[in-house]
Amino acid sequence: MKILVILRMVPDVIEELEVASDGKSLDSEFLRLIINESDNHALEQALLLKERHGGTVTALALDGPEIDDVLFTALAKGVDRAVKITGVEKGLTTRRVASVLAQSLPAVANVLPADMILTGCQAIDDLDGQVAPLLTQALKLPYLGLVTKVNVNPPAARASVVREFSGGVRGEFDVPMPVVLGIQAAEKPPRYVPVAKVRAVMKSARIEAVAAPGAPQAPAVDIVEMKKPEAAGRAKMIEGSPEDVAAKICDILAERGLL
Amino acid sequence: MAQSIWVLAEQWRGKISDATYEVLALGREIADGLGAPLEAVLLGDKVKGLAGSLGAADTVVVVDHPSLAHAGPENHGELLGRLAKQRQPLAVLVPMTNVSWDIIGSLPAQMEMPFVNFCENVEASGGKLTARCLLYGGKMQATMAPEGAAIYGIMPGARQAEKGKVEKSPAVEEPAITPVEPTVKFKNFIEPDAGEIDITQMDVLISVGRGMQNEDNMGLAEELAEALGGAVSGSRPVIDQGWLPLSRQVGKSGATVKPKLYVAAGISGAPEHVEGMKNADLIIGINTDAQAPIFNVAHYGVVEDATDVLEALTKAVRAKKG
Repeated sequence: MKILVILRMVPDVIEELEVASDGKSLDSEFLRLIINESDNHALEQALLLKERHGGTVTALALDGPEIDDVLFTALAKGVDRAVKITGVEKGLTTRRVASVLAQSLPAVANVLPADMILTGCQAIDDLDGQVAPLLTQALKLPYLGLVTKVNVNPPAARASVVREFSGGVRGEFDVPMPVVLGIQAAEKPPRYVPVAKVRAVMKSARIEAVAAPGAPQAPAVDIVEMKKPEAAGRAKMIEGSPEDVAAKICDILAERGLL
Repeated sequence: MAQSIWVLAEQWRGKISDATYEVLALGREIADGLGAPLEAVLLGDKVKGLAGSLGAADTVVVVDHPSLAHAGPENHGELLGRLAKQRQPLAVLVPMTNVSWDIIGSLPAQMEMPFVNFCENVEASGGKLTARCLLYGGKMQATMAPEGAAIYGIMPGARQAEKGKVEKSPAVEEPAITPVEPTVKFKNFIEPDAGEIDITQMDVLISVGRGMQNEDNMGLAEELAEALGGAVSGSRPVIDQGWLPLSRQVGKSGATVKPKLYVAAGISGAPEHVEGMKNADLIIGINTDAQAPIFNVAHYGVVEDATDVLEALTKAVRAKKG
């Protein structure tokens, strides 16, 4: 099995986000980037498949802040190769990210054709597209998204894949390989790797750098304005120590006959 | 005649989804604002009979074929690309649900149009469309105004579904077009585990998110749920971590709940979660982040560590109940 995992960085929304002075983008000064959560699940799913079936996993990302840490962490977790695509413009929209990836993948030695390309099925900054299905179109491969389980049958070059619908209902699909899967959640929570192990990998392993062969080809829709949402309603805030708060909530529950 | 406005009619397990009616209500407003016809595009297997229930549209364009059973890029996406080239719609409104998920992301390439995701609202004024989009897990709002034709992913709740249910017989067109047989084959549905508890039937839900920090703290939620005669539910990260079974998930992929009391403990309030609980009678949000979007939907809010509040609240409830 040859698996390619695509990783992307997104703003950490646990931090406070501020609008930049252009009124159209996030202020990068206050921005902390983290690995896109569903991409982290895609990485875990790839490692689980490698443990079951053998083969190689390559983790690939566009160059940018914190990306070396993410790729070294992926190496420490067990991927065989880590590749970053360099010379990429900052602040690309999702559609342009997919375009750069589609142009760059053929330039990376020995990643295509992959039996499976796994990446997250969505990201919080997917304003003008989604990476996995756009890449699917560019590479002319089949696609299934919202995936939570993958069982590969290597001799048949097919896989049985489970995908979420709603209300807790899931669907099972039979997919050919090669295929692109948009992972929602891996079969197990993403593994933890100690910092010491990542440090050791930084000394022994190498991230391959490959220059992006061209500018993104995708059209863009410009953001006219970005701002913090105007809430239709706003919660009435309850203040005080946890004990004070608890007493006030009890009063509210009692008023409504919930106690 | 003005270019048409399209709504992708979503059917799942033999029924038109409520999300489709919400988007039809929005599409009707946009079409009327532009003086354009509203067309519902209904693709699927054995779906022709459902066309009559899309009366909010002027026309329903139906392609009924066994190859269209599950909506994927290979069948639905490819066909929509060809239909769009023939018919040149100005706007394509797509319900952003898990049923339509696989085509939402591929359509911009297949229809060769720009895409605007996460739309809370789309308005027509001066012959142009402007979309308001919710980004970064609900923490930012962006205004987008595409030039020319575009695809809009519409978030659930943009309009009331009832407004999109119109008792009228729309014109039905069946274009002579044959879909491609997909290589991704649907096999079967997997029904949710009946589980020991049906969270949609509970009056009180203590719902937990990432802010609970670790699995050891889950007991705090269990104790409060027990004291109030309710059950524990959770948001996606808690389910993915394995702290709660899938049957307890609230939100887009999980259950839609409407309890008398919903305590959101350490839940940020991302749109995918809010979709499943916004209609609860009383929502109390607890989060250390004062900017968390949960406070835009909660009736009462507490900026505090959820574990501390749950612990104190359990004590207070027990004391009050004696």
